[in-house]
Amino acid sequence: MQAAGSSGGLAKRDFAPWADRNSQPLLRLAGVSKRFGAFTAVDDLSLDIYQGEFFALLGPSGCGKTTLLRLIAGFEQASAGRILLDGVDLAPVPPHRRPVNMMFQNYALFPHLSVAGNVAFGLKQERLPKAQIAERVADMLALVRLDNLGRRKPHELSGGQRQRVALARSLVKRPLVLLLDEPMAALDKKLRGETQFELMDLQRRLGLTFIIVTHDQSEAMTVADRIAVMDCGRLMQVAPPAEIYERPSSRWVADFIGSVNSFEGRVGDDGTCIDGTALGRLRVAAKIDAAPGAKVWVAVRPEKLRITRGAPLPDPRSARENGAAATLVDIAYLGDLSIYRLRTDSGLLLQATIANTGRLGDGAIGWNDKVWLSFPPEAAIVLTK
Amino acid sequence: MTKQARMAKLKPQRSFMAKLVVRIPYLWLAAFFLVPFLIVLKISLSQTAIAQPPYTPVFDFAAGWHGLASFIAGLSLDNYAFLGSDPLYFLSYVKSVEIAALSTLMLLIIGYPIAYAMTRTPRRVQAVLVLWVILPFWTSFLIRIYAWMNILQHDGPLNQLLLALDLVREPPVWLSTNTAVYIGIVYSYLPFMVLPLYATLEKLDESLLEAAADLGCPRWKTFWLVTLPLSAPGVIAGALLCFIPAVGEFVIPDLLGGSRTAMIGQTIWTEFFANKDWPTASAVAVVLVCLLVTPIVVFQHQTMRGVAND
Repeated sequence: MQAAGSSGGLAKRDFAPWADRNSQPLLRLAGVSKRFGAFTAVDDLSLDIYQGEFFALLGPSGCGKTTLLRLIAGFEQASAGRILLDGVDLAPVPPHRRPVNMMFQNYALFPHLSVAGNVAFGLKQERLPKAQIAERVADMLALVRLDNLGRRKPHELSGGQRQRVALARSLVKRPLVLLLDEPMAALDKKLRGETQFELMDLQRRLGLTFIIVTHDQSEAMTVADRIAVMDCGRLMQVAPPAEIYERPSSRWVADFIGSVNSFEGRVGDDGTCIDGTALGRLRVAAKIDAAPGAKVWVAVRPEKLRITRGAPLPDPRSARENGAAATLVDIAYLGDLSIYRLRTDSGLLLQATIANTGRLGDGAIGWNDKVWLSFPPEAAIVLTK
Repeated sequence: MTKQARMAKLKPQRSFMAKLVVRIPYLWLAAFFLVPFLIVLKISLSQTAIAQPPYTPVFDFAAGWHGLASFIAGLSLDNYAFLGSDPLYFLSYVKSVEIAALSTLMLLIIGYPIAYAMTRTPRRVQAVLVLWVILPFWTSFLIRIYAWMNILQHDGPLNQLLLALDLVREPPVWLSTNTAVYIGIVYSYLPFMVLPLYATLEKLDESLLEAAADLGCPRWKTFWLVTLPLSAPGVIAGALLCFIPAVGEFVIPDLLGGSRTAMIGQTIWTEFFANKDWPTASAVAVVLVCLLVTPIVVFQHQTMRGVAND
């Protein structure tokens, strides 16, 4: 495990400009706020986004992520703070002059124009020669695999095709930053999965900077190099997906991303264990960054809990582990994995997920069985807020 | 009784009701449009007579088959030939179409900005503005035209205003001119232009305008490239709602226009009531209907295309 603190540590690919002190951000938001009357949609938010990055804004609805996107596009003016693109302050630049493009949630395709007409719209505003426009439109339609649908009208297309037209239209001007507002919200689940990989592939091939807004955490984790988790107009954590999941910065983030079991307790005297939780004393892997006696929370992901029949054998490895006796109260069988709901003898309700690698019924644990649940110190996430 | 039997008994009755509901508009059209039109068409093929009714032939039920034969033999196209021989009618048609077309254009130029501005106001205000647009309907049409006669007369409020502002030396003549007819038509038909335009503009998706801006299109250009093309159904509906009745307008040219403004409505009136020539009047009316069917068909086509697009 790499040292906590190097935020490039859990990057998805060999790409972590945010960890490099010398790299300059492409887009810099400095203390940006947006207020609508008494309501603050974006609250003193600062953020750097780098060239070639696939960045996701993730949060519950109403957290201000779409407002942030609209601020970058220029449809809203910031109440405070500055937005710099390539070092240039965007505040005086109207939307039609900004070198960013947006893919709208409802796609906003022009219903009176053909597919090719929609894609060509942006290029026509640049007064490019006709032949060049035709060539770039054809290239772009080929890229999104709509080559032979150029003459269709948007209402003659399927939802997935419309989505690709919207993507082609927003990419054809080669924007410095492409903004995607819930680009896959209208697609069915299967198509969404395929489109996510296509979108990643497209972004890498074109080498463009993408900022995607989504409320779907699996979507954000699939496509993004870094995720900004937002709530109430503020950034809760900005980090690569694996780091957000494995090392959430707060209980809110731990709870928002995936499922989590959490136990409240106090830091022990030696600083490597937590006393007084519902499971008794819990051991953690690293020294806790809090004074002994301070109130902290231990979070454990459901898939990191182990369930066995009876207490484990007294071998040195398991002696280190945290564990407790529990009763199985519910099983949700999902095919690839099962979710087990357990009640500890102290009355706490926990959740564990276990991959169904064996065939069903191979010595399976059943309802009301007495079990022993355990997890290694490394699986414990210590949260101080 | 079993459920199936009950259903079987219910089914034909329900489908009869369903058919009836669908047919009511057709019955209405047949009773109040088709039958009167056929009567007018028949009269247009008759000849004037000093009788009651003032035309011949009249179908005689008592005479049986022989009566029907002589009735059909009595019909002729002479009145239509007469319309072609006298330039009065042709000029009257041209004048009517000209006045209606120009009025429609003016209505578009005035109505579009009004409708557009209405959609840019907050929702609560929009409801009030729609009410204001239809407010003139709360007063009788005839009274409003008489009010215009008063406004436009020689020493009326308009001329007094113009004189007070020193815009004219001599009070201009308004009444009994084409200008007065245009003023009357534009004023009276404005709601029919504004409301359909408002209805289409109000449905316009705001994100389309944002998309245009995002793709590098300035606001004024977005109007020509996005807003105007997408409001075409409203423009067509408003134009036809104004143009069609304006062609046959009688009251406005009769009260505000002069003797030189002989629109087709006045021509029909003169034939019917002054000349007591029902057949010629009917022929003029039938030709007018045929002239107006063209824009109605265009309108219908446009609406059907709009339905297909939705």
